Formats: sequence, structure tokens, C-alpha cells
Amino acid sequence: MTLAGINLLQILNGLTFAALLFIVASGFTLIFGLLRIVNLAHGALYLFGGYIGYTVSSVTSSFTAGIFASIIAVALLGLLIDQGLVRFVRGFVLREVLLTLGVAYVLDDIALVIWGGDTFSVDVPTLLQGAVHIGGVFYPKYRLFVLGLGIVVFLALWLLLNRTRLGALIRAGVDDPEMAEAVGVNIRRVFLGTSMLGASLAGLGGTIGGAFLTLYPTADWEILVFSLAIVIIGGSGSLVGAAVGALLVGMLDTVGQVLFPQFAYFVIFGPMAAILAFRPMGLFGRAT
Amino acid sequence: MMAMGPLSIWRSPLIFLAILAAIFGVLPLLISQYRMSIANEILIFALLAMSIDVLAGYAGRTSLGHGAIFGTATYVIIYWTANLGGSPWIGCLLAIAAAVLMAAAFALFAMRVSGVYFVLITLALGMIVWGVCLRWSNVTGGENGIRGSGRPDIIADPFVFYYVTLAVVLFFAFVIWRFVHSPFGLSLCGIRDSESRMRSLGYGTTLHMFLAFTITGFFSGIAGVLYAFFNNFVSPSTVELSQSVEGLLMAIVGGVGTIFGAFLGSAAIILLENVVSQYTARWPMVLGFMFIGIMIFAPQGILGALKRQATRKL
Repeated sequence: MTLAGINLLQILNGLTFAALLFIVASGFTLIFGLLRIVNLAHGALYLFGGYIGYTVSSVTSSFTAGIFASIIAVALLGLLIDQGLVRFVRGFVLREVLLTLGVAYVLDDIALVIWGGDTFSVDVPTLLQGAVHIGGVFYPKYRLFVLGLGIVVFLALWLLLNRTRLGALIRAGVDDPEMAEAVGVNIRRVFLGTSMLGASLAGLGGTIGGAFLTLYPTADWEILVFSLAIVIIGGSGSLVGAAVGALLVGMLDTVGQVLFPQFAYFVIFGPMAAILAFRPMGLFGRAT
Repeated sequence: MMAMGPLSIWRSPLIFLAILAAIFGVLPLLISQYRMSIANEILIFALLAMSIDVLAGYAGRTSLGHGAIFGTATYVIIYWTANLGGSPWIGCLLAIAAAVLMAAAFALFAMRVSGVYFVLITLALGMIVWGVCLRWSNVTGGENGIRGSGRPDIIADPFVFYYVTLAVVLFFAFVIWRFVHSPFGLSLCGIRDSESRMRSLGYGTTLHMFLAFTITGFFSGIAGVLYAFFNNFVSPSTVELSQSVEGLLMAIVGGVGTIFGAFLGSAAIILLENVVSQYTARWPMVLGFMFIGIMIFAPQGILGALKRQATRKL
């Protein structure tokens, strides 16, 4: 089999998957880059967001309500985890990581109690149902919407980080939290805001992804592994890195699914290995 | 300072091994066969926890991938004996070789990094192994797993198997103890305390990490083989993250950098799991809360090297 087997359909699949991965991983990398917290519960937040989005959108029969509910609920969950638990181990990086791993287990099990082990799929609104004809293939509107949303999220985050005062504060916090604090920035509030923003992106990703990847008890770990790969490839805290990483991982995974479905997971190994060998901090990461 | 762990005052590990041999040796005479199988499981997981402790306590690297290495050995020997009808003894060798190769592959990714990145990479690699075991269903049986063909006659009897496990685990506990107190083990401690200093002293720190990781894979592989004989069944849950997480938790509970503490940690976690499982299916939640609780409240002694490593950088 060769790459000739890859057609437009698969390229679009790869791009839309990459867009979803970017939405989730951008939240992960923001928290990693600024707070130096590797939130291993990020996948669980994604799954929670998806379940909440599913429940709310089924009850209200409004996709938009589902999206907002998942964003708000998961942002609050992120706040709760940060203030209720991570606070006590702040500064001890390894304890933080392992603590969030514990949180992931707890959230997972709570989700299992509430929603059970069935597979759910968030209902796509009528506006986004059906397919459009592009370049000789019929392609689901919804997936194009996800692609568009990924681009919008990227632009919004880029503008937020590079063109606003809040962004300047966040970047100052990334570069030198102590100095930022010394010049009068309430860095704790900036951290808290970032942590909620990062979590809300996981929640958004859950509802968006829940409509085409479906939601089931181990979905969170799969998303977490993709997010880890993206951050390892792109470098922690880098938005552009997360975008490039998401594109690489999304495309490679899709190509991998086509060429050797059983080992698709392996394919993301390749770039990870190359990057770890030559740039252990990731493509866009900076040595700390 | 070359911190050698709290046990450095005890020049000989034989006292501890003798105590462990005495405790675990008389257990089968006092308890029911069902409880003996729990003790058997404790021994097997103590070996896994010790292999994790070598990295966590002496090389300062926290691995979340050893469960996958352990499970690789279990998969290989069960596939070899049940699906290919091969000899279990050759299966042992193949399984251990597979675990060592898997560990070497992990090590190629992880040998250059430390701290959080090491955790993330070993976690991601372990998850990939799990994903492959789940999806490569014509070989691994997918979610259904593979049922083994039973233990060889010579160790078929539960008592015999228990004592064989005890002997193997105690032997390798001794080997691991010797390993971490060898010059090689001391240079691992040096890397843990200051990798840049070790490098400027002329040590090949990357090669050291590669070898250390691969060797711990060997110990995990032996535990995986014992587990195959013990459980006679393998499925993706044998290689899943929980396996690594529980192994790490055992090492932490027993005291990071103590090696023999792994027996204590293993006993605590497995006994708790058995008790909890009698009342509720919420073991993952209990496990999660234990992790959270230990990370927040654990006294310095239990965290040991983890804390030392965590406070240093990043």
C-alpha cells in the first residue's frame, strides 16, 4: 500500500480530527506552559464535558446549550480541581502530575456511575446535518464545522495571547512569574483564569468530539494520549506548537487508520521519536 | 551528597530477605487456599513494584509504563503456549526477551528526559501498548483476551507454585538490591542528584538511563511471566495504565528508594483492593482518592526520592 491510497476524503478526515485535537490540546498546553501543571485529568475533563454536553443538549434539544453547559461546567470543575486539590501540592511538579492522575481516576469512575458504560453520541443540530459537495466528494457538514471551529479557536487564542492585556499578563507569567508579581500583577488570578480557560477548552472539545467520535468510558485516555503526543511534538505552552502537533498527529493517525488500522496508534510514534531525539523540548518549546 | 536511601545503614539485605522468607514462607500453613492466592499475587506485584522503585528511587525517574512492559511478557507467554502450543519454558524466555525489548524501545524514547517529561512519555508509550493489544484482535483476542493453557505440571499445584513464586521473587529482590548498590546503581543515584554534574564527570548518562530502564524491564518481565502462570488469562486490562499506576503506588506506599518496601506496598494495595471489591465496584475511585491523598498528605518519608526529585527543577 502506498500513499496513493490517501484521497481527499481522508485528508479532510485528518484535518477535522486535527482541529478537534487542537481544541483539546491547546487547553492542555496552555496549562502546561503557564502553570507548569501537566493535567493528566485533561482527558477526563474532555469526557465529562462530552457527557454534560450530551445530557444538556438531549434535554434542551439545543446543541448550543450543550456546548455552553459543557464549557461552563468543565471550567468550574477545573477551578475546583485547582483550588481544592492542586493548591496543596503547588510547586512540587511530580506530586502535581500524580495527583491529577488520581483525579482522572476519580472523575472517570464518577462518570461511569452517572452515565454508565454505554456509548453516547451528541446530536448534531439540523443546520449542520447532511453533507456538502466539495472537490468531487460529499463531506459531512458537521466535520467541516469542526474544522472551522478549530481555526476560530486558534485565531481567538492567538489574538488573546498576543494582542490583549490579559495575553500579555499570561505571557509574562510564562516567562517569569516572580517578576510579573513584583511589578504588581496578581499572578494567582491570571493562573486561575488560565486554568479555567484550559479546562473549558477540554469541555468544548468533549461536546464537539462527542458528536463524531462518540463518548465511552475509555475515550478520555485516548484523547489524553493524543494530547500528550501533541504537546511532546509541539513543545509545552506553545500555541503554534499545539497547532502543528495537532495537524501532524491528526493526519498521521488518519493515514495510519487507512494503511494499517490495527497499529494506527503506532504511527504517532514516528514524529515523537524524531523530535525527542533532536529537540527534547518539542518543536516550539523553549528550554527552561 | 550521594543519598543511598534509608537502608544504607543495613549493609546486608539478607536480614530483610530472611524476614520476608519467614513471613511469606509460613503464610500458606496458616491461611486458606484463597488467601494464599492473594499472598501469591502480592509477591508477584512486589517484584513489579521493585522494578519501578529502581527507577523512581535510585534513578529519580517516575515510570508509568512498567505495567505495559509487565503485561507484554504476560501476553507473549500466553500467546506462545495457548495459541501456538509452544513449550512454557521457551515461552518464559521469549516473554522475558519481549519485555526487555519493549523496555529498550521505551528507553530509547525516555532516556534523554527526566521529571515530568519522563512521566508523560512512559505514560504515552504504555497507552500505545494498551491500544495495540486492544485492536490487534486477531493476535491478542482484543477485549476478550486470551485464556492460557494452564501451568506446567511441575508447578501446577498452588502450594508448589506459591513457593516457586516466593523463591523467584526473593531471589530477584536480592539481585535488585545488589544492582542498586553496585557502582552502576550508585552512578544512577548520581544522575538522579545531578545529571549535569555526572555528565561533566565523564559518565554517559544517557547510556546509563537506557541500560537502567532496560534492566528494570527484565525484572518487570519476570513478574509478568509469573503473573501469566498465576492468572492463566491475559487481556488489555493486564497492560492498561492502572497496572502501572498500582505498581507505582505500591512503590510509593512502601517507600520510594527502599526496594524491600515494595512488599509492604504491594500487600497494602492488594489487600485493600480485595477488601474494597467485596463491598463496592468503585475500586478505581478508591485508587484515585488514595493517589490524591498520598500526594497531598503523605509524610516525607513515604515520598522520599520523589519529593527530592520534584523540588529540584521544572
